[in-house]
Amino acid sequence: MRYIPNTLTDRREMLSSIGVSSIEELFADIPAEVKDRFRPLGIAGRSELEVASILGSMANRNKLADAVCFLGGGIYDHYVPSIVGNLVSRSEFLTAYTPYQPEISQGTLTAMFEFQTYVCELTGMEISNASMYDGATALAEAVLMAERIRKKGVVAVSRPLFAQLRRVVDTYCWASEIDVHEIPYAPDGTTDLDSLPEDVSAVVIQTPNAFGVIQPLAGIKDRIGDALLIVSCHPLSLGILQPPGAFGADIVVAEGQPLGLPMGYGGPLLGLFATRKEYMRQMPGRVAGRTVDVDGKTGYAMAVQTREQHIRRQRATSNICTNSALCALAATIYLASTGAAGLQQVAELNLEKAHYLADGIASIEGYELTFSGAFFNEFVVSVPGDAAVVHDRLVEAGFAVEAPDGLRSLGVENAFRLAVTEKRTKEELDQLIAALGGVR
Amino acid sequence: MSTIFDCRGDERIDGLFPELDVPARRVEGLIDRQLVRTQPVRFPNLSEPQVARHYTALSKLNYGIDDGLYPLGSCTMKYNPKVNEDVACLPGFTGLHPRSDGVRSQGALQLLFELTGFLRGIAGMADVSLQPVAGAHGEMTGMYLFRKYFEMRGDTKRKRILLPDTAHGTNPASAAMAGFTVTEIPSDASGRIDLGALEGELDDTVAGTMLTVPNTLGIFEESILQVTEKVHAAGGLCYFDGANLNSFLGKARPGDMGADVFHFNLHKTMSTPHGGGGPGAGPIAVSDVLTDYLPVPRVLCKDGQYELDWNHPDSVGSVHSFYGNFLVAVKAFAYILQLGDEGLRAVSENAVLNANYLQERLKKTYPLPYDELCKHEFVLSGKGLADGVSTLDIAKRLIDYGVHPPTIYFPLTVREALMIEPTETEGKETLDRFADILETIAVEASEDPQLLHDAPRNAPVRRLDQTQAAKKPVLKYPFDETPLA
Amino acid sequence: MTYPADYRYTKDHEWIQLQGNRARIGITDHAQAELGDIVFVELPAVGASFQKGDNAATVESVKAVGDVFTPVAGSIVEANGELESSPELINSSPHENGWIFVVEISDPAELEDTLDAAEYELFASGK
Repeated sequence: MRYIPNTLTDRREMLSSIGVSSIEELFADIPAEVKDRFRPLGIAGRSELEVASILGSMANRNKLADAVCFLGGGIYDHYVPSIVGNLVSRSEFLTAYTPYQPEISQGTLTAMFEFQTYVCELTGMEISNASMYDGATALAEAVLMAERIRKKGVVAVSRPLFAQLRRVVDTYCWASEIDVHEIPYAPDGTTDLDSLPEDVSAVVIQTPNAFGVIQPLAGIKDRIGDALLIVSCHPLSLGILQPPGAFGADIVVAEGQPLGLPMGYGGPLLGLFATRKEYMRQMPGRVAGRTVDVDGKTGYAMAVQTREQHIRRQRATSNICTNSALCALAATIYLASTGAAGLQQVAELNLEKAHYLADGIASIEGYELTFSGAFFNEFVVSVPGDAAVVHDRLVEAGFAVEAPDGLRSLGVENAFRLAVTEKRTKEELDQLIAALGGVR
Repeated sequence: MSTIFDCRGDERIDGLFPELDVPARRVEGLIDRQLVRTQPVRFPNLSEPQVARHYTALSKLNYGIDDGLYPLGSCTMKYNPKVNEDVACLPGFTGLHPRSDGVRSQGALQLLFELTGFLRGIAGMADVSLQPVAGAHGEMTGMYLFRKYFEMRGDTKRKRILLPDTAHGTNPASAAMAGFTVTEIPSDASGRIDLGALEGELDDTVAGTMLTVPNTLGIFEESILQVTEKVHAAGGLCYFDGANLNSFLGKARPGDMGADVFHFNLHKTMSTPHGGGGPGAGPIAVSDVLTDYLPVPRVLCKDGQYELDWNHPDSVGSVHSFYGNFLVAVKAFAYILQLGDEGLRAVSENAVLNANYLQERLKKTYPLPYDELCKHEFVLSGKGLADGVSTLDIAKRLIDYGVHPPTIYFPLTVREALMIEPTETEGKETLDRFADILETIAVEASEDPQLLHDAPRNAPVRRLDQTQAAKKPVLKYPFDETPLA
Repeated sequence: MTYPADYRYTKDHEWIQLQGNRARIGITDHAQAELGDIVFVELPAVGASFQKGDNAATVESVKAVGDVFTPVAGSIVEANGELESSPELINSSPHENGWIFVVEISDPAELEDTLDAAEYELFASGK
């Protein structure tokens, strides 16, 4: 057993000092009936070499090399600078525990403080927590928080939300007995502002939304009474877009994967969560605060822990215990690497390349942009004929493109969604355009 | 320690991304002016060496498992095997988009399917969901399943969850998130759940129990079969918190004890790294009365082909964006594959051996509230060591000796609690040294207690003023203040 | 720890100072010592009504939260706004300046199960 240092001699000595003659005596407290029912898995152990080989084969069965990625919907094929993985894999970060003993966790805590600062700057909000599991649970927890504050028993959700966000919000709301009303969208793909509800705990808007369309947020806060405005956004887009905080959002959440995390088949991810200072005590999740030690030296410790489960138990703001610490560190290092200028640059690359592709496709006969609203790096294209046929042809031609089903469930027929990142070259974009041009 | 924002970085530094290769259009031409950011973000622009230095320096202020013992009770801080890290970094896994179609994701789906099978077998239960991404998340999901179960039966009275006074804080918090109220059941003099008190509470308003097995005192509930029988007979369900699985891995299964939901902590029992507070993974195993309600999507295998399975109309829905923390699942899968049955058994045998060895030695110096053979962890008390010396003082003094303190002030039923869990990845030498240090600290406590009160002295910072941190929270870099000295 | 002889006490470590048909409520010296440095107090709204035993206020330290229950039913007529800027008053003067709220009593008989100073001191030291 490579991970067990005890030798046979050690074991014998230890048994003797405990005063038992066998290991089995240490398991006498488990009822015999239970031990008798035990069945092993039926697998022998393997060497490290074999394990590496088996996993290598499994990874190779995911055919990536031959597909150019145009998939999006909250998770994107962004470039992760080498320094991110390099620093994050340092064992002092990777194998450390939650920073309950702050004196020997200043690395983790300082990074958390930096992350919180980055999130506040990006979103234009006053305070942020140190991350949640992912963008979907962050949104669900935002809804629960709004309900705790306003107690109306109902929230309104804009219809063009990514499917995975809506599913999780619906599940959490079912359990908390919060009704979910849907706000329809207008022909240009934005939320129908004439259908904003009254008397709800929160109004949830995603921007850019599930159609890739950027939702103008100006004036929405004034039209929803005392409901909290919750905005779910794309963190990279905030390199060029005005952040939700500037429009009076009360809670801003996001999926942070675009900030230096691999796609990883959907996990681990990173939930960003930011809100107003006045709601600090209602905010879920852990948070790092600055303080001083007995010598007056600046240091960081977990702050306002009385919101959390280990103190408040059933009256905690949330049950969350782990967060996505290492992923938050990766995002922090990513933003340290890009800096303000690099973030703006990568956001512009996304914007320009997406528009280049959109223009190219729209110039093919029969194809058009489904919605007229402005977009960032994702857009929906209406196709002539059956979108499923077009989709299959593109897949055959070596492009990873999402099936049209998701859009159909949002009431959009014969269309599919494309995402473009800084990794897509002009050549790849031209090839996609050519492939579509060849499909009748 | 200064932050990244204390680094000056006004000038733009290029080189991460290439120049635009398509004809450029002005941002203003593509997006309405009122949508465009007016206030630039105040991120410093830094060269790579500056970033490398800053975060390398931060890492050296931390303490990880590779640095030394981490005897945190209930956390199972075992060694994180490096091969697991390597396989989780394979491009075939990291570069896979979760919306990839089935043909392109067979390897990932196969891994999820096979891991589900392994965990089913380890739990001895009907089915498993890998979707919850943390133990507390698994608890919440389990509580959602309880709700769905009773909702489907039209049983609206069952709103109470019974749990012991030794329960971890996430248990009542998770129950509350699913709309349940909690009733605490006292422990008896042996630290075990008071069966009579439990029975007294069982009525048709009880949805079920949440138990940690063995409990947070490191003591196995020997009456567990009676507990689950009685709860089931009263129409309730049994939730088992699997945080302490390291104590009976390969020797017993929660399904054989009557569990209806059991959550795994892959970042505890299955060796995936803790990451400074996450990401972990909290898959749940369920009995056959709950399988219909598990979150979607699931993974099925048809004619050797793996696919995502959404066809479960009674599912509670989803609790995560996609399929759980896939890259964490990869590490756990590799771990189980490497250990095999013999290795899994060796884990619990050595974990329990190590804990009992330490307990036997330390009880000579520290009060041991429950003096009997323990499982993989045990609880000492710092009370009575010396006047005016608290468990907090002992913990901080341990830092001066280069050891991470054990869990302190938990469980709540033991005053000045010190919960110690060595895990199987520590050797006798390390345990002896740890015991030596604790014994030295005990002597210091009576002969020179100021050493403990002033501790730590050998850490990057000394004791922090948490009152100030709580009273006047500063939760982000104060750009508008004058820079710190 | 001296407990004012003319106050009544509860087993939840609150003290009650009767002023005609009003009761001024705070937490005892024992309670504040257990909690440690108080950093935040959540006061009840003036005008709010509570039943006996309801949680009317919360007192937070760094590591714990203390619920303050009202030992009598009634409505809140005063809340100690000083605690918003100086929660530490509860530590320095738990029985005087650290008072938390005043409730107008609807049923004085509800005070019958409270303790006097001597009984409370015995109770608190037994813990």
